[in-house]
Amino acid sequence: MAKRILTALIGAAVMGIGAQAASATTLGDVKAKGFLQCGVNTGLTGFASPDASGNWSGFDVDYCKAIAAAIFGDPTKVKYTPTSAKDRFPALQSGEVDVLARNTTWTINRDTALGFNFRPVNYYDGQGFMVRKSLNVKSALELSGAAVCVQTGTTTELNLADYFKANNLQYNPVVFEKLEEVNAAYDAGRCDVYTTDQSGLYSLRLTLAAPDDHMILPEIISKEPLGPAVRQGDDQWFDIVSWVHYALVGAEDFGITQANVEEMKKSANPDIQRFLGVEADTKIGTDLGLENDWAVKIIKAVGNYGEVFDRNIGTGSPLKIERGLNALWSKGGIQYAPPVR
Amino acid sequence: MSIDATTPSGKDKPAGSILNDPKIRGIIYQAVTLLLLVAFIYWVAMNTSENLKRANIASGYGFLNGRAGFDVGQSLIAYSSDSTYGRALVVGFFNTILVAVAGIITATIIGFLVGIGRLSKNWLIAKLSMVYVEVFRNIPPLLVIFFWYSGVLAVLPQPKESVALPLNMYINNRGLAFPKPIFDSGSQFILLALVIAVIGSILFSRYANKKQAETGQRMPVLWTVLGLLIGLPLLTYFATGMPISFDVPVAGKFNLTGGSVVGPEFLSLFLALSFYTASFIAEIVRAGIRGVSHGQSEAAHALGVRPGLTTRLVVVPQAMRIIIPPLTSQYLNLTKNSSLAIAIGYSDLVSTGGTILNQTGQAIEIVSIWIVVYLTLSLSTSLIMNWFNAKMALVER
Repeated sequence: MAKRILTALIGAAVMGIGAQAASATTLGDVKAKGFLQCGVNTGLTGFASPDASGNWSGFDVDYCKAIAAAIFGDPTKVKYTPTSAKDRFPALQSGEVDVLARNTTWTINRDTALGFNFRPVNYYDGQGFMVRKSLNVKSALELSGAAVCVQTGTTTELNLADYFKANNLQYNPVVFEKLEEVNAAYDAGRCDVYTTDQSGLYSLRLTLAAPDDHMILPEIISKEPLGPAVRQGDDQWFDIVSWVHYALVGAEDFGITQANVEEMKKSANPDIQRFLGVEADTKIGTDLGLENDWAVKIIKAVGNYGEVFDRNIGTGSPLKIERGLNALWSKGGIQYAPPVR
Repeated sequence: MSIDATTPSGKDKPAGSILNDPKIRGIIYQAVTLLLLVAFIYWVAMNTSENLKRANIASGYGFLNGRAGFDVGQSLIAYSSDSTYGRALVVGFFNTILVAVAGIITATIIGFLVGIGRLSKNWLIAKLSMVYVEVFRNIPPLLVIFFWYSGVLAVLPQPKESVALPLNMYINNRGLAFPKPIFDSGSQFILLALVIAVIGSILFSRYANKKQAETGQRMPVLWTVLGLLIGLPLLTYFATGMPISFDVPVAGKFNLTGGSVVGPEFLSLFLALSFYTASFIAEIVRAGIRGVSHGQSEAAHALGVRPGLTTRLVVVPQAMRIIIPPLTSQYLNLTKNSSLAIAIGYSDLVSTGGTILNQTGQAIEIVSIWIVVYLTLSLSTSLIMNWFNAKMALVER
């Protein structure tokens, strides 16, 4: 962590030399160096985790791949920077990473004072609690007096304090910087309760010694809209990152999948033709600074939003998280993409 | 310029240009270096603020007055999530001081025992001390911390199976719980009695020293002081009708409730820093004692001074002169190593500061506060130890 902060400080100090050239366009930088530097979680099963041979996979990782595919047409042109909850912001501020795709909650403070931009929400989450079944707790309101494990530097830590205060409950916070340390402490019985975003709880439960001995309480105590973040001041880059998400959602809306995208190019539907960049004289990609078939490249690389969700965290994965709020707007959820026109 | 053969300007003045004067040259070099350094710092500061402005990152220390919003596990002062960021930093600062002071005291005691143990004529004590020193001195402090933390967590039972210790104390994997004293009215007299006892002890030992210098008679200082320090507060306690009661920990739904609890984070950090630093202190003590010439104790023996007194009055005062300077740097190391607390979640200055850094994004401000606080702590320790060293130094007459 210290190293990252130092990098951030030196970055902040020295950036000035080449500032005009460097911060003019992030897209230009990324194209020049030939790969996307993507900030991800240090290891959260389903969202971002490396396998034995160091290949990253997960929901957030697929966003990195999708952005790389949109720019280079090649989802492998990504380098991953694992960041803890604490050093993720200095990493983005200093320019160490081009985009932060790391289950990060969009808040007004992060949007303004920290100098970031958020727009699309790729996962609507909420904070929950996990306890041992042996405690016989049925609701979070019965948790007074418990020791609660939480990761420091997260919105979770703040929501926890607010929730216990509002309900007049006592608790003893046990905070760690790294997710692995929180897991180990909870598994060792250092605390009674583990709190983080509910998606995270499902993922973490799988890594415990005996997953079936633990249960997730029904209460959701906060809104946690998670999404990719970029630095303020580069609207083009912000647009690209935003529209990668909208392309994924749009593709699901149109029924375009990784398997049928080539066929769909021949579709008679003008909306789909425009979306896939096959309309005559289209500027659908060049206006973004990309090529016109950018959406095709994304879908070929990772599939549509539904495929990304199912493969990593949904029914096709060990996590088996329901779509819930993350279903399309037309199917009872609130995932919605602006029109491509 | 001033080269003029016809007007010699004295023997000691150089005949060449002032640029050839090594003294003036030295000053010029130093001035140029200083100027460059100042310019560099100015450039870095300007560049940083310019870049922060460009990146739309707020700067300044105003954020310290904002509501913290997070809780801290262990705090020496009143603190809640409604307190300010500034107060959260103070909480962390006190936690750092607590572990540093407790660690310094314990490390010194263990260090002196082990250091003297290595010089013992008893083979087992000497070898055990050597093994202790070699093991702890050669492991990185972080590993020692993990060793204690994992050890504590793995060995100790869950709260429901807490191990009962004497005096209503309990230990489990949530820490050490002990009865919390509750001071009712009348207990201030006990504090007063303690203060009087301390002042009385100091006065008495001064008087005893003076009397010994005049008459050679030694008064029973130790017993009188002990009697004063323990007896007087105890007498007052009973005289005022036992105003102190104890809040005893009892089993609650999740944890023990009531009493005071010291978490395993503090315990393991404290033990790790103490044992780690003690191994260095032991070597310093051994070197200090070895450094006193053997002739000194031989001379004392020849004068008929008993062995115990020889050690106390002849060897140790001279050894202290060798021990104190390196001891200072060990104290500084211990204080700085306490920042490793972050690895096990003890809420020290770096840990709370890190949380605030993340919540507010004020990286440069928080890092500057860290630097200033640790610098101040280290310099204060140095000052105290230098004063102590000067007091212990050889007084030449």
